[in-house]
Amino acid sequence: MSTRLFGEPVRRREDRRLLTGRGRYVDDLGPDALAAAFVRSPHARARIRDIDVSAALDVEGLVAVYTWEDLPERVGRPLPLLIPHPALTHGRTAYPLARDVVRHVGEPVVMVVAADRYLAEDACALIHVDYEPLKPVVGLEEAAHGARLVHDDVPGNVGARLLQEVPGRDGRSAREAIEEAPHTLAFRLDIERSASMPLEGRGVHARWDGTDLRVHSSTQTSTSVRMAVAAALGLPLPHVEVVAPDVGGGFGVKIVHPWPEEILVPWAAMTLGREVKWSEDRREHFISSAHERAQVQYVRVGFDDDGRVLGLDVTILHDHGAYTPYGIIVPIITSTQLLGPYKIGAYRVEFSSIYTNTVQVTPYRGAGRPQGVFCMERTMDKIARHLGKDRTEVRRANFIEPDEFPYDQGMTFQDGRPLIYDSGDYPRMLAMLKELIGWEAFERRPGRGIGVGCYVEGTGVGPYEGGHVQVTSDGCVHVSTGLTSQGQGHETVFAQIAASELGVPIERISVVTGDTRRFGYAVGTFASRAAVVSGNAIALACRKVRAKALRIAADALEADPADLEITDGTVHVVGAPSASIPLATVAVLANPLRYAFDEEAARATQFAGSSAPDRPPVAEGDEPGLEGRDYYSPIRSTFAAGMHAAIVETDPLTAEVRVVRYAVIHDCGRLVNPMIVEGQIHGGVAQGVGGALYERMVYDGDGQLLNASFMDFLMPYATEVPRIETGHLETPSPLNPLGVKGAGEAGVIPVSAVIASAVEDAEGFPVDRMPISPSELFDLRRRHAEG
Amino acid sequence: MEHEITLVVNGTARRARVPGRRLLSDCLRHDLGLTGTHVGCEHGVCGCCTVLLDGEPVRSCLTLAVTVDGREITTVEGLAGPDGLSPVQRAFEECHALQCGFCTPGFLCTVTALLRDNPAPAEDEVLEGISGNLCRCTGYQNIVKAVHRAADLLAEERRSSAGRPPSAGEPPRDGKPPGDGEPPRAGEGPRAGEAS
Repeated sequence: MSTRLFGEPVRRREDRRLLTGRGRYVDDLGPDALAAAFVRSPHARARIRDIDVSAALDVEGLVAVYTWEDLPERVGRPLPLLIPHPALTHGRTAYPLARDVVRHVGEPVVMVVAADRYLAEDACALIHVDYEPLKPVVGLEEAAHGARLVHDDVPGNVGARLLQEVPGRDGRSAREAIEEAPHTLAFRLDIERSASMPLEGRGVHARWDGTDLRVHSSTQTSTSVRMAVAAALGLPLPHVEVVAPDVGGGFGVKIVHPWPEEILVPWAAMTLGREVKWSEDRREHFISSAHERAQVQYVRVGFDDDGRVLGLDVTILHDHGAYTPYGIIVPIITSTQLLGPYKIGAYRVEFSSIYTNTVQVTPYRGAGRPQGVFCMERTMDKIARHLGKDRTEVRRANFIEPDEFPYDQGMTFQDGRPLIYDSGDYPRMLAMLKELIGWEAFERRPGRGIGVGCYVEGTGVGPYEGGHVQVTSDGCVHVSTGLTSQGQGHETVFAQIAASELGVPIERISVVTGDTRRFGYAVGTFASRAAVVSGNAIALACRKVRAKALRIAADALEADPADLEITDGTVHVVGAPSASIPLATVAVLANPLRYAFDEEAARATQFAGSSAPDRPPVAEGDEPGLEGRDYYSPIRSTFAAGMHAAIVETDPLTAEVRVVRYAVIHDCGRLVNPMIVEGQIHGGVAQGVGGALYERMVYDGDGQLLNASFMDFLMPYATEVPRIETGHLETPSPLNPLGVKGAGEAGVIPVSAVIASAVEDAEGFPVDRMPISPSELFDLRRRHAEG
Repeated sequence: MEHEITLVVNGTARRARVPGRRLLSDCLRHDLGLTGTHVGCEHGVCGCCTVLLDGEPVRSCLTLAVTVDGREITTVEGLAGPDGLSPVQRAFEECHALQCGFCTPGFLCTVTALLRDNPAPAEDEVLEGISGNLCRCTGYQNIVKAVHRAADLLAEERRSSAGRPPSAGEPPRDGKPPGDGEPPRAGEGPRAGEAS
């Protein structure tokens, strides 16, 4: 079938506009909008004594200045706690503008609106905020000590504490199993902060026409921003529209909402009766959006002579920064996905999620998985080293076998559902990886090492997504879904799915995402869920449309719907291509008309004889139009997996780490578009390399972020990212109609573990802290040499 | 105080009244409405805002608009010819060298100049050539591939234009009209000798 496109490397339909400068990002909108800018706290912890705006009032072009006291009660409330959890006993969120206290450098204190951004920043510079600085809480272990408090009413700075225990098959607890194990190890691991760091910062543009509010936001969830804005501003939901236009990368940070600016900019637009726009600058992004990753992990493991884990006990300190708008999703994911492709005997994991006077921590691509995988994979390497075994052999000994699916890990996952893996083939994947990287033939020598890392990624979490598919009377197909796009190529893959399901050429299909005017019910883009949840919803909606098209065509052709097929946008009788009717005509006939707006439409009018006079033109239970809407609501997540290996060389003098080869075997079920999946993996690995070797957020003892610019926060350029060799395994998911699993986050997840494994192999001493810089490796060498 | 300036943008003279402190990036985006040039850091590191100034790549976020009065500027909007995408743009499309598209205009301008100066760059020259531009989506592998592919496409164009006698209205150099990002350089004609 010529329209069979599922699984093909179809070129992206979004590229033409992005290559010619015709993309539309938030800051490209509203050329006449007023500009907002913010005065942000220079202190990590301080009381606000007074705010004096008088000097700013003379700035030419100034329109308004707002502090917290100027906000109406509803607007000035603390921002919502998006994901409550019973263990989050002390969840705290920020006010849209600081009220009396500030808890991290960068917290917004005053909002200024002026004729343009230059003038707004002029005014900001003239506003004097009188602070009483307090000694901040910085550093995870210091915060956990609880000597000083980030929030006066949160004892010990502990926002949440969660313990999950899975006993072994013999009923023993993890601690009992470890006590009685032939071998035990105990160690500590550290991972530092990084951040999503999309090249487009956040941005909001709002227009109020007296009745309706239209907001454009650089967000990963337009539907939820819409509900949050309507609630905060007291507007009826049908009077609020939120659109995510082209978005210049998200990687997690833009799933958080409503950001203060997403409430304040629309409120200012309503209050002033003018369009208002705010575009985040890079420093703002560093100090007032979100970071992730930082954890300290204390691990105890017991295992047998073959390296099989009998008991694992992990205690995690998780730094969630100053506020918890996104709940404790990140440490929940760490503590559950830590188990990876393994069946371990008994497991105990306890995390404490801790407040510090730093930027809040919310999911960044991988969302806690890189830390969990780092923990488990370091554990595997240490077991291998202890037993003198090959590292892949120890992993192999612990794998869940292909005939053991579905495999219940006995825990509760981030969606509140049981952690049950649906499908996979881990031994085969490892064999493919060893083949690809040449594991057995690798020649180890000082300064040259090989590393490996395995992971399982729960993808496609619910609760649901929907799809709407409409065939118009010109034969074009219009697909919409509520979740948003930040460069993943959704317009292409969803069009591929629709083309394959409907038998329509892809050129006739258009896709809209993230526009609440087109589709109002959605959750958002995160957790590698778009292809799984929206993809299946669109497929199901297409199947409804297809069934209706065949029914109408069968009437027109006097055939049995079961004998009909759709090819190239035409419905025809199988085996009799001349008995056919274009989908465009079916769309006309699907909508009984009184008025003919063109020649084609005349076929559906009341004297054209297209409907039986003894039946209502629209049958009971039917609807006019050739369109369909359906939803896909997964019973639980579907589990993708991957294994990576790297060969690194470490410079004997400079201690620089060079990644010589990087190999990936990846299984995300059926591939919709292999070119796009590979692109996602490449980008993820590059971010992983950044996290392993370069990127960290450096706070000093005063809570100042010392490297809040691209000059000092080192993201990899083309010169730092190795060429990535990839291989795919396709183990379809039995959970959804398309058999797909998510792929968006995969690439980044195991990279720190893999690089640590390889550096350790090259150097011969443990690497337990990531990222690792040349100076840290140099120090490790020196300490190791000194014993 | 505002200044009256004239910029020749993508071959068209454009006038603007701007304060002395207006960045070229803001002038292009907000005064002239050419929003294809993006701003990723405003401190000259990410390269998203790269445009061609008299053919040379510059960071428009580190350039004051008044300092380039009277000069020729090519932005991403000016890279495509009347026949469609430029070879560099086509190569990026073919090789899936973009995802969110935010850094893409800067890469396209950088690579256009790179391949003009070095029509057949080696792998390390490509890496060096794009090492001033950040991309957070692609991991660069497909961008590197696209640079090589664009070099091939440009070479093909040179070969095909060298094989035919110039006709009226045909652009003088490599099949592309002037003002599309590569201002004609003195002494450079079609490079028939490169056809292999």
